[in-house]
Amino acid sequence: MALPSARRLLLWTGLAVLIAWVLVPIYLVALGAFGGRLGVFRWPKSIWPSDLSFAAMSQFLAIEGVFNALVNSLIAAGLTVVFSIALGAPAGYALARYTFRGQNAYRLLVLLTRAFPLAILALPLTVSFIRIGLYDTPFGVSLIHTVLALPFAALVTQSLFMGIPREYEEAAWVFGCTRFQAFMKVVLPLALPGLAATAIFAFVISWNEVFAASILTVRERTLTAYLLRILAESPLHYRFAGGFILIIPSVLFIFAVRRYLFAVWGIASK
Amino acid sequence: MPARPSWIPYALIAPSVVFLAALFLVPLVQTIWLSFSAGEGLSLENYRRMAGDLNFALAVKNTFLLTLVVVPLQVVLALGMATMVTKLDKGRDLVLWVLTIPLGISDLAAGLAWLALLQNTGYLNSALYALGLIQGPTGWLSQETPVALFFAIVLAELWRATAIVLVILIAGLQLIPKEFAEAAEIFGAKPWTRFTRITLPLLKPSLQSALILRTVLAFEVFAVVYALGGRNFPVLAGEAYVWQNDNQNYGVAAAYAVLIMAISLAATAVYLRALRTRPEQLP
Repeated sequence: MALPSARRLLLWTGLAVLIAWVLVPIYLVALGAFGGRLGVFRWPKSIWPSDLSFAAMSQFLAIEGVFNALVNSLIAAGLTVVFSIALGAPAGYALARYTFRGQNAYRLLVLLTRAFPLAILALPLTVSFIRIGLYDTPFGVSLIHTVLALPFAALVTQSLFMGIPREYEEAAWVFGCTRFQAFMKVVLPLALPGLAATAIFAFVISWNEVFAASILTVRERTLTAYLLRILAESPLHYRFAGGFILIIPSVLFIFAVRRYLFAVWGIASK
Repeated sequence: MPARPSWIPYALIAPSVVFLAALFLVPLVQTIWLSFSAGEGLSLENYRRMAGDLNFALAVKNTFLLTLVVVPLQVVLALGMATMVTKLDKGRDLVLWVLTIPLGISDLAAGLAWLALLQNTGYLNSALYALGLIQGPTGWLSQETPVALFFAIVLAELWRATAIVLVILIAGLQLIPKEFAEAAEIFGAKPWTRFTRITLPLLKPSLQSALILRTVLAFEVFAVVYALGGRNFPVLAGEAYVWQNDNQNYGVAAAYAVLIMAISLAATAVYLRALRTRPEQLP
């Protein structure tokens, strides 16, 4: 459908404004991150990059605790991916392929987890985690992040497996495969790209989470928890460097999963 | 097909049920318990201390005000974006990618990005200075400028969290059969009529999920506020964090958490009733 040229111009103007609205703050925080201490206080500021250097960024990374926090964030997010796929994908498969009693109760449980504030989970877990020695570990943080990512993983993998015809599996059974073999040889390869997208989502959820990570850690902070803790006393250019490091993976992740984004949320928001 | 052994689905969901029971249901009950226990036995002591706190009334007011301003604006903005994007034939994927980038950005990082723009010697002030509207670096994010700080937080929240509404709405739009709009067009319906009489009603389930998700998350707002204004703008989740981390008082923190939960559940119930879709209305 071709729009009249005046309306097309209007459309593209609107879109250009929206695109600028999304990208400009990211650009500006990048300038702040690479501009260093002097750049932050320069007045008035120019929106063009001037005397940028990696010095500010490498100084930030060299601060005691930052590198450790980065590693902790990666560990917590990696574990969240493993747990949410390992627990969520079988559940998604069960929901897609079987009808069983309690199916709706299970769905309700999964949906409930999204309607409750994280604070309500993180607070008592501090006490239990201290008791069992999980407090202040990336492992402990990943457990609560899995509560956030698991419902998502279960619902998305359900739709994923529903999209793979049951007949493929049945054919494999006829040729003598066991259920497990049929799953591994036929279903899994087809489901792999979708599973990868789910994994990336779980990673982003954990990478970005602030509240629980801040409450459950003291010395082994994740990057978000570390930044929140030093926010009040750290100079501006360090804050921007931290913010920029937090943003970069997110941009890449969204690019990697852009094909799945809408299918994933169409299902997850039901 | 052979009859399936009925234990298989239960074995498949069991690990996640055990996990969610241990890390979701148990802590849920514990928080409620914690919020009602002070010293020995049950009491409302924690709630009394919460309500008597200097920041309490302000935190409630700020959280509600933010939610009431941000969520409707996000829905309108996302509807506009979705309508524009669906009109595209070229470059649609690229535009959508850019518009959904904030989806992957944490509230903390979003707050910091807007801090770069809005801080005293930031880009907004530089622009205002160039236009001759201000004399020099001016603070917008302090306790003395609550209105400006409020708008700064609204902007950052709009920037960060409209993408999720957009994605849910586009996913919903894809489910609406094209024939409906085409039929209406043949019968002479104008674009605005088509939008309000066909698209909006059919989009109700998606609008409902988007509203529920965004409202629940808006009541939890925390890191954006903290990054932009520190403690100059108290909100409920921020107070829970302060009581837990700085004051080491788990009881009052739990009372805040339970309050947030109660408000979220009430809002969810309202949306479920107000945006009910009867089965015969579904496409």
